[in-house]
Amino acid sequence: MTKQTLLCDAGIDGEIRRHGEETYPHECCGALVGSGNRVTATVALPNTTEEGPRRRFMVRPSDYRVAEQKASELGGDLLGFYHSHPDHPARPSQYDLDHAWPTFAYIIVAVAQGKSAAMTVWYLKEDRSAFDEGELNGN
Amino acid sequence: MATKILIPTPLRPFTDKKDAVEAEGKTVGELLADLTTKHSGLKAHLYNAEGKLRSFVNIYVNDEDIRYLQKEQTPIAAGDTVSIIPSVAGGAPPVSNVSGGRSV
Repeated sequence: MTKQTLLCDAGIDGEIRRHGEETYPHECCGALVGSGNRVTATVALPNTTEEGPRRRFMVRPSDYRVAEQKASELGGDLLGFYHSHPDHPARPSQYDLDHAWPTFAYIIVAVAQGKSAAMTVWYLKEDRSAFDEGELNGN
Repeated sequence: MATKILIPTPLRPFTDKKDAVEAEGKTVGELLADLTTKHSGLKAHLYNAEGKLRSFVNIYVNDEDIRYLQKEQTPIAAGDTVSIIPSVAGGAPPVSNVSGGRSV
């Protein structure tokens, strides 16, 4: 099966990595805005989880609305979300799977000891059974 | 009585790319049942295997979260607008699972 590809404009990769390093050892989260399969902007959002931000992130409904509104203002679409995995590989967890939305691109950046490392992108299968890994083609 | 339902971006592929559709029902539960009958692809993403609304699916009647009204028994009045608004959640596995590598 052909992998879905997510293209990121210059600077996007760095914005996500910086956010993950800034919030370390807590998870960061934010929205991906663009068109088609090209991300042209990110929107950093607060992690409002009440389950411990070292292992969880939550974008509450009011911030989701902000992300959709911001995407509209920028003339783009909401393509998905990013978050960090502090001191953990950039692979989705069962918790990520249980809470995923269809069609969205989910970028995960691993942050090891405060430094960003691998970055990956994932898409929920239509039957919700797993994620498919996509190809992240920065710059 | 047709009620307008606002559809968030990730669910629009299941509503012919429309950001708003109409459904019928006197309560939120009836409305969502009609919605998922008309757009069957929505069901797996709104409800879990036990038939309950998923925890990260938020349903608002006008600007009120139905959790603070009468949940799925919340009545729908003429002119109400219902919105489906996602929470987006996730995170790394607990530390004890870290050595397990890939977790899905």
